[in-house]
Amino acid sequence: MVFSYFPGCTLKNKGARLDLCGRRAAEALGFTLEELPEWQCCGGVYPQARDEIATRLSSVRALDAARRKGQSLVTLCSACHHVIRRVNGDMQRDAQIRGAVNRYLQLDTPYEGQTQVLHYLEVLRDVIGFDELARRVTRPLTGQRIGAYYGCLLLRPSREMCFDDPENPTILEQFIRAIGAEPVYYAMRNECCGGYTVLEPGGRAQKQAGKVLANAAACGAQTLITACPLCMYNLQKSVGGELPVRYFTELLAQALGLEVES
Amino acid sequence: MQRIGVFVCWCGTNIAATVDVQAVSDALAKEPGVVLSANYQYMCSQTGQDLIETAIREHALTGVVICSCSPRMHEQTFRKTVARAGLNPYLLEIANIREQCSWIHKDRAQATEKAIILGRAAIAKVQLNTPLQAGQSPVTKRALVIGGGIAGIQTALDIAEAGFAVDIVEKQPTIGGKMTQLDKTFPTLDCAACILTPKMVDCAQNEKIRIFSYSEVEAVSGFVGSFRVTIRKKARYVREDVCTGCGLCTEKCPQKKVPNAFNLGLDTRRAIYIPFAQAVPKVAVIDADYCSMLKNGKCGVCAKVCAAGAIDYTQKDELVECEYGAIVAATGYNPIDLSGYDEFAYSRSPDVVSSLEFERLMNAAGPTGGTLLRPSDKTHPKTIVFVQCVGSRCSAEGKGKTYCSKICCMYTAKHAMLCREKYPDTDVYVFYIDVRTPGKNFDEFYRRAVEEYGVHYIKGMVGKVSPEGGKLKVQASDLLDGRQLHIDADMVVLAAAIEPDKSARPLATMLTASMDTNDFFTEAHPKLRPVESPTAGVFLSGCCQGPKDIPETVAQASAAASKVIGLLSKDSIVCNPCVAQPDELMCNGCSSCEKVCPYGAITYLDKEFRGPNRTTLLRRVAQVNPAVCQGCGACTVACPSGAMDLKGFSNRQIMAEVDAICR
Repeated sequence: MVFSYFPGCTLKNKGARLDLCGRRAAEALGFTLEELPEWQCCGGVYPQARDEIATRLSSVRALDAARRKGQSLVTLCSACHHVIRRVNGDMQRDAQIRGAVNRYLQLDTPYEGQTQVLHYLEVLRDVIGFDELARRVTRPLTGQRIGAYYGCLLLRPSREMCFDDPENPTILEQFIRAIGAEPVYYAMRNECCGGYTVLEPGGRAQKQAGKVLANAAACGAQTLITACPLCMYNLQKSVGGELPVRYFTELLAQALGLEVES
Repeated sequence: MQRIGVFVCWCGTNIAATVDVQAVSDALAKEPGVVLSANYQYMCSQTGQDLIETAIREHALTGVVICSCSPRMHEQTFRKTVARAGLNPYLLEIANIREQCSWIHKDRAQATEKAIILGRAAIAKVQLNTPLQAGQSPVTKRALVIGGGIAGIQTALDIAEAGFAVDIVEKQPTIGGKMTQLDKTFPTLDCAACILTPKMVDCAQNEKIRIFSYSEVEAVSGFVGSFRVTIRKKARYVREDVCTGCGLCTEKCPQKKVPNAFNLGLDTRRAIYIPFAQAVPKVAVIDADYCSMLKNGKCGVCAKVCAAGAIDYTQKDELVECEYGAIVAATGYNPIDLSGYDEFAYSRSPDVVSSLEFERLMNAAGPTGGTLLRPSDKTHPKTIVFVQCVGSRCSAEGKGKTYCSKICCMYTAKHAMLCREKYPDTDVYVFYIDVRTPGKNFDEFYRRAVEEYGVHYIKGMVGKVSPEGGKLKVQASDLLDGRQLHIDADMVVLAAAIEPDKSARPLATMLTASMDTNDFFTEAHPKLRPVESPTAGVFLSGCCQGPKDIPETVAQASAAASKVIGLLSKDSIVCNPCVAQPDELMCNGCSSCEKVCPYGAITYLDKEFRGPNRTTLLRRVAQVNPAVCQGCGACTVACPSGAMDLKGFSNRQIMAEVDAICR
């Protein structure tokens, strides 16, 4: 199984562990992530304006590159996944955006949203299967109480992301069970981490992320896992909560018995 | 030579705004056999019908085509019109140029062209119509009511009052339904039990009413006037005719840990139980899933203590077959399963309850004896948050229902009011999208909750409930104030959407009655025939047709009863003459038609035919029982040799229509 892979900028520096562990685990699980050549930053934020074409172009270039290879496109960073999935939806459903993008890009064949965009977790759930993953685990994280932190980018808007139930998601809990640990349900698991408000003065993001950690800790979580570098950043900088936060791929690699150099 | 009259209806502007009715009648006037083509504003009105009648007489018409609304709407009306003028009513054809044309098209030229084509097809068909004579079939003077809640009870009482026998089939061990679980009823706050239980007793004592409790409908065959229904009487392991309802067994049974369904699992009962003190019939029943005698043959305590000797561990389900002239569906509703609504922490905290559970917690006969206590630690809640529209009025892609459940605004106002009245030190919040109180004395009731009882009504939705340290942290939005609210609540009450009972869908299949996408029974006409199903002889009572409160349910139940009485007061009813008819010379007895017939109307007969050289051949040929056939036409399509034809819809007639459309 070979997938095109879009790592995204953050995974090349601050979020390197998310990327590295993800790739190593993929090898161990028997699927290959082929990094797209010359990928460009996804933009980090989905452009809300209907007439904003420029910020959609990098996503469409990546989507088209995967189409030319005849592969599904796998992402790992929540933000990249969010942007690319939604732009792909635009290319499928919005004739105005589709027309403008194709007129600008002048591709050999117009791109109309043919590429399937998968998050790494969806590959685990829908391609590998969590039961199969559980069988491949060599060092189960037995006894660990882990809280899943979804954030918002993976889940919403649910109509476009089609990832999981936005109010009661289960995919990360299933993942935690598959690697042998015990999921901890807590109410704030699908609340916003504060996101880009971290750039504003006033500490709003730090407070918000602190509430997430406090709620998780109160419910008995020992560790939180996330798929989002921005969530990771905000949770680590939070005020009022202290809990180790890890990328889900780090625990995946660990459970598969892989030693990943830092 | 045929003399056909064409009548094009404007239906006010319903048709005329999109279809050029003059052009349609002009074009159809040129069709072969048409001697008259007219149009009129309202063909179904008295003047319109007179127009048709006069035309039939004056022009000696042999066939009539009316281009108007769906035949489901007015075919019967116009058949009567035609008959009054002395023409056989089956020499009439309707071209549906409203539902299938004007309502679904915008372009006037295209719609007009299509209307002409539809009219042309009907003319082609009517050329081949033959006069049909409707037979008569007898009416069994007994009605069946399926569901013994307040809807079924009221319907049964009204039918019995008119002197007809009626049976109630109720799947629970007692009749009474959801209303037995309610505490007080809005807007008068009279106690539900006080107004319901006398009616339950009336049912039991009325000699015209038979109650099949703990029973379900297993199969339905037949048709209006003579339905054959198989009823499964589930084994209750207690002889109904012997049990006195003393309740001793329910006190002595050692199996104490059975979740009490009547109290929605908020407390426990024994394995042998009587659902509640006023149950009708007041007969014990053994829960086979929990009874150790039935599970592993050890115990037998109830049999030992029963002075009447009513316990019978060997009892089996019993099938009863009965004939009915009419069937009333009164299968009711249930609150939706809230396990999909974890944003409100329903399955994470026992202090988050549904409104029906709250009803039990407030009820004097409930698990707490009417004292409001939190299920988790049995303390008095000081702050209660009510959330309305949980699962109601959701977007079509979401997990909830798109419709308004209708009763929640009022019962939430009732709950909030009763809380404040009983416990004035309680802070009560109600979060709403809209407050909908359009019933008699309803808005006054809601305003009393706000103005006199000081309930905090907040427009906005609760986003999240997180159980933390014995409190329920409620995060919500106040839309009018434009700010986020955080409330530390002790209890959260969810006004769950209501949905039709799960038994309704299989029942509809048995009755061949139609349902909407939400599994509510469809009425024959949304405004003019609201208590009848489109299936003849099947009537609708209560929430199985749509969300309703008690006053509305009772009104509809009585309306359904009056329709049943109207049917049962006839000795016979006119049958549909459009039934299947086999051509015996073409039939080869292959059984294809018998296999597809949903009504069991087809049998086979070995019949003598004259062969060549004065020989006699014995051949197996299909026979249709015209009293059972409903004219669905499935057999005509299944027949490989083309021997089966539907009267009024023969293969020749259908092909003539197709040819006319393709011309």
